[in-house]
Amino acid sequence: MGRLSWRLGEVVGSIAETPSVRSLVLAVPGWERHLAGQHVDVRLTAEDGYQAQRSYSIASAPEEPTLMLTIERLPDGEVSPYLVDELQAGDRLELRGPIGGYFTWQVDQGGPLLLVAGGSGVVPLMAMIRHRTAARATVPTRLLFSSRTLEDVIYRDELERLAGRDRSLEVFHTLTRRQPEGWTGFRRRIDQALLQEVAWPSTPNPLAFICGPTRMVENVATALAAIGYEPARIKTERFGPTGGSS
Amino acid sequence: MNARFISRGFKGRRTTAADPSRIPPGQHVVPDFPVLSAGPTPHTPLEQWDLIVEGQVASPQRWTWEEFYNLPREDITVDIHCVTKWSKLDTRWEGVSIDTLLEPADPSGSFLIAHCDGGYTTNLPLEDATGGKAWIAYRYNDEPLEPEHGGPARLLVPHLYFWKSAKWVRRLEIVDADEPGFWETAGYHNRGNPWQEERYWGD
Repeated sequence: MGRLSWRLGEVVGSIAETPSVRSLVLAVPGWERHLAGQHVDVRLTAEDGYQAQRSYSIASAPEEPTLMLTIERLPDGEVSPYLVDELQAGDRLELRGPIGGYFTWQVDQGGPLLLVAGGSGVVPLMAMIRHRTAARATVPTRLLFSSRTLEDVIYRDELERLAGRDRSLEVFHTLTRRQPEGWTGFRRRIDQALLQEVAWPSTPNPLAFICGPTRMVENVATALAAIGYEPARIKTERFGPTGGSS
Repeated sequence: MNARFISRGFKGRRTTAADPSRIPPGQHVVPDFPVLSAGPTPHTPLEQWDLIVEGQVASPQRWTWEEFYNLPREDITVDIHCVTKWSKLDTRWEGVSIDTLLEPADPSGSFLIAHCDGGYTTNLPLEDATGGKAWIAYRYNDEPLEPEHGGPARLLVPHLYFWKSAKWVRRLEIVDADEPGFWETAGYHNRGNPWQEERYWGD
C-alpha cells in the first residue's frame, strides 16, 4: 500500500456546534472513501516553517461528498484553538488519511450496536450513525451520550431529528453538571446501573463502541464486561489525561 | 507535497522547554500520561499471572509472578513517543530486560511476537527487542504499574512508537517469519521508528 500523502483540503463551511466545539466542512480533492470511525492527521505550518500535527476523528459519513471534522477547543491547546477560532471558509488545511482500521463500523458488521460517548468522543460515533442513515440500514442502535450541560451537547438537533424518524435508533442523554428545568434525561455520570438500564442486554452479542475521556471509557468498558459483553466486541477509543501523574 | 504551504494565521506555541533534538518529527511533549487501549482493561490476578517464552527456542521458559519479580531488575529512564503525536520525556520504569528473559531460552528465530491478555499482539524483529533496548516493566514512577497503563507488566520498547510497548504482556513467542500484530494489521507501520516517522502503512 502506498504512503498516505499530505494533501490540501479547503474549508467550505463551518458549524458552531457548542460554545467550544466547531465542525469544519472540507472539500478534499481526490479523497478516498473512509470508514466510519477513522481519523485524519492534520498538520499546521507557521511562516517560519514550524509545524504541529494532531489527529482528529472524521464526523461525516463515507457517503458524503465533503469531509467533516468536529473539533473541541482545548483550554491549553496549540492546534485546536486555531481550528475552532481562526480557520475560515476559503482557508486550506493540510491533512492525511484516512487512518485506523480497528475503531470502525460498517453496516454489514451489524449489531445490535451500542455507542457510548463522552463529550467530543461522540465524533467518530456520529460518523457511524450518519453512515448507518446514509446506507438506510436498520441495525438496532442505541447511543448513550454524556455531556456536561445541555449547551454542550454536540449534534443535538440532528440526533433528535434522526431518532425521531427512525425507530431502530435510540438516543439517551445524560447531563452530568447542570440540567435545565424539567429535564427528563439522566443526570449523572455513566455507571453500571445506568448501563443496565440503557444498554442492550448481553445477548444477542451486541457490538459496543466507546469514545470519550479516559476515565469514562475505562469505567464503561469495565461495566459492560461485567454485564456480560464479550470483551472482543467492546471497542474503545480514549483521549485526554488520566487525571493523575501517571 | 507542497512544502511551501503556510497555514494562514498559525503561529504555534513554542514554549516547550524540551530539547528539540529529543522530539521526533510531528511529535509534541505532554506532561500527563494519556491512556490508549483498544478494549477493556484486563485484570488478571497476580496468582494466576505467568510469563512464557516459547516458539523457536532451545528451552521454553515460564515464570510465575513471584519468580518474575525476583529476576534481576533494571531502572530505566527513557523518552516515549506515541503514534497519536504525544511524547513524554524522562519516564521512569523498573523492569526486566528482554535479554535476561531470552538468555535461558536460547532463541533461534528472528522475530518476537508479544501476546497479551485481551488478545493484543505486536511484532518486533529480535534485534529491536534485544541488546538492552527492551524490557518487561512492572513499576512506573516508583509505583506498581496501574492496570490501565498495562499493569501488572507491559513491554517497554522506547525506541519505537509506544504501541509496540504492549500492555498486559503474558507470552513472548519467537518465530522465524515476521507476523504483523494487532495495530500492524490495522493500518499502522510494521516497525514504527518515530525518528523515521514510520506511523502508518507505506510511511
